[in-house]
Amino acid sequence: MLQVITLLMENKTGALMRVTGLLTARGYNIDSLTVARTLDPELSRMTIAVAIEPHQRRQLIKHMNKLINVLQATDLTDAPAVIRELVLMRVRAPQESRTAILKEAEIFGARVVDSTLEGFALEATGDIEKLDEFIDIMRSYGEIEVTRGGAVAVSLESKKLRLSPPVPRGTEEAKAEEKNGVI
Amino acid sequence: MSQLMSGAKILLECLAREGVDTIFGYPGGVTLPLYDAMYDNPIRHILVRHEQNAAFAAQGYARSTGKVGVCCATSGPGATNLVTGLVDAMMDSIPVVALTGQVTAKLIGSDAFQEADTFGITRSATKHNYLVKNINELPQVIHEAFYIAASGRPGPVLVDITKDVFQGNAHYTPVTSIHLPGYKVYTEGHTGQIRRAAQMMLEAERPMIYAGGGIVLSNASAELRELVELVDAPTVCTLMGLGSLGSEHPNFISMPGMHGSYAANMGMYNTDLIIALGVRFDDRVTGRLNAFAPHARIIHVDIDPAEISKIRNADLPIVGDLKRVLPKINAVLKELKPEAGERTGLKAWWKQVREWKEEHPLKPVVSDTEIKPQHLMQEIDRLTKGKAIVCSDVGQHQMWAAQLIRFNEPRLWINSGGLGSMGFGLPSALGAQVANPDQLVIAICGDGGFQMSIPELATLFNFGLPVKVIVMNNGYLGMVRQWQELFYANRLSQVTLDGFPDPVQLAGAYGFKGRTVERPSELAEALETAFADPGPYLLNVRVTPTENVFPMVPAGGAINEMVLGPPQPVAAA
Repeated sequence: MLQVITLLMENKTGALMRVTGLLTARGYNIDSLTVARTLDPELSRMTIAVAIEPHQRRQLIKHMNKLINVLQATDLTDAPAVIRELVLMRVRAPQESRTAILKEAEIFGARVVDSTLEGFALEATGDIEKLDEFIDIMRSYGEIEVTRGGAVAVSLESKKLRLSPPVPRGTEEAKAEEKNGVI
Repeated sequence: MSQLMSGAKILLECLAREGVDTIFGYPGGVTLPLYDAMYDNPIRHILVRHEQNAAFAAQGYARSTGKVGVCCATSGPGATNLVTGLVDAMMDSIPVVALTGQVTAKLIGSDAFQEADTFGITRSATKHNYLVKNINELPQVIHEAFYIAASGRPGPVLVDITKDVFQGNAHYTPVTSIHLPGYKVYTEGHTGQIRRAAQMMLEAERPMIYAGGGIVLSNASAELRELVELVDAPTVCTLMGLGSLGSEHPNFISMPGMHGSYAANMGMYNTDLIIALGVRFDDRVTGRLNAFAPHARIIHVDIDPAEISKIRNADLPIVGDLKRVLPKINAVLKELKPEAGERTGLKAWWKQVREWKEEHPLKPVVSDTEIKPQHLMQEIDRLTKGKAIVCSDVGQHQMWAAQLIRFNEPRLWINSGGLGSMGFGLPSALGAQVANPDQLVIAICGDGGFQMSIPELATLFNFGLPVKVIVMNNGYLGMVRQWQELFYANRLSQVTLDGFPDPVQLAGAYGFKGRTVERPSELAEALETAFADPGPYLLNVRVTPTENVFPMVPAGGAINEMVLGPPQPVAAA
């Protein structure tokens, strides 16, 4: 199962390498990674989707929090959060299925961003499973080419709105630890 | 008031402000401007013979003093040669700042002469690293590097500086503050947890204190001693923690683990409460995890949250600096102790621990005909009385030294514990002697590790460093041979070290005295002579070639099922 980790970090050379280095050193393959700067241009927000063995998850989050460039790393997998992804897709389709494609696109809330005689370019956002379905359905209409943007996430816990919280939070286990006053 | 200065001079000025008095280094092409600035700078530069040894020597300096050790190398091969020393410092949490030169910024990525991606290569070898391409960032980065290296859980920090930064000029204003928004250090410990910990300590019937390198790193020996006496628990010190509780303290039970004592391991197996202080439950201590302290609850105090419950789940974790946390625990203990009443279980526990100690003590093995390695360590112990700085290499001699030499204070026992880097002994002793010119510094090496660092004999001579290099020479890579004997049907593969150089000629060639000792009767006198000599001294001690280190917990074995000695011949019925 994929874990979704969100990190608030300094927008500096090498910061990305430090985070991904922790994963590659343990032999984990990153499924998706997005990073962009935040409202504060000195900070960036990263979302990583990666399958980590359960017993390693908390350890890895702790190690991410130890990185000098990381202000906060949080495991959002089991925490209240919105996780979304963007998909850009080209569908090549014969004339007779164009209407059906547009109907499907509408159901999934996708927008047409380009239209040619051969087909469409579509833009869709949504949660990851929904987009998987969308892609499957579109494939049934003809040849497709897909670029996925990678998961981006935002936590729904109000305290996470702070910009410089020093303490890693997220899983039930971590909350218990917090309650016991470990950190 | 700012001043126009070269990058090289700015760097040296920042080092001076950090209180740096010594740099262990080796110059090269891109560090030429730096070395030119060093020419008339008061900071002392110790020219070693290999960059790896600069990193080891900086560690010897840091481990023996607690100050940040500084090493310096040029770009490319200079920087890559540092890597083993940096990983070693990382594993043992030693504060080191490494300065490396990098090719001119605009040449980076062009496969320039002596170019290597030092920043990338050392990312996982350091606590943090920097690449400085802009001279204006240099002062800030240098002070951040020292702060990160020394604070929290200490570790190595590398600063890679391009040649044009050394050469350029900038207006230098002293840095007054540093800004590290992502760097989190928890020092105080949670008050509630501290109280609960003290309660658990007084309730335990069979408590055991497990003290590690963290005590040494946080200079918390006095606080540990107070805790030990308040709880009155048997105390084991790990390989990294030896000396944190003086070896002569009545509660000291010696080292636990793979080559730990019977009493220490039986204690760790049977205890009902492990009070783990600045330790990381290393596999060399725990043996097979599911058989490690199966009846015990765990109190784990560490400054690094990532160590908590990494290997063994902590029933009561406290994240904080031992120097700050232990006095708070001690205060609660003093408050609660009168109410705790008679701790009946503790008496029986002590009786049991003493019995284990007497049953199988770590007794030195002595022979009339050949020098036993244990005999050598016993003699070193007798002559140094727990007061010398002993720097060890890695292997059998390291284990015998740890078992048999007493250390009455922290920072006397210096060894490569986590990484186990052969070649560490001699250069770390060099660094320790630079930092402690008036103290007896001994390097105990095997004939293998010594030969990895032989070139540093020249450095000892050059700087008049009176290190006593004692080679425990068994003609083998002893620890590997021991495992081949015990676990690979004695098929000795590539472990014989023939052709050890004559120490009289070898030391003589470098300009000081050397000697070989072969008979047990000569040993004491030879050591006394070496220790009394005002200069460096090389003592080649021929010991029983096939002696094995015992007790031993085989890899993956349970700590209560240790092998206590070589198989005994079956007595005739």
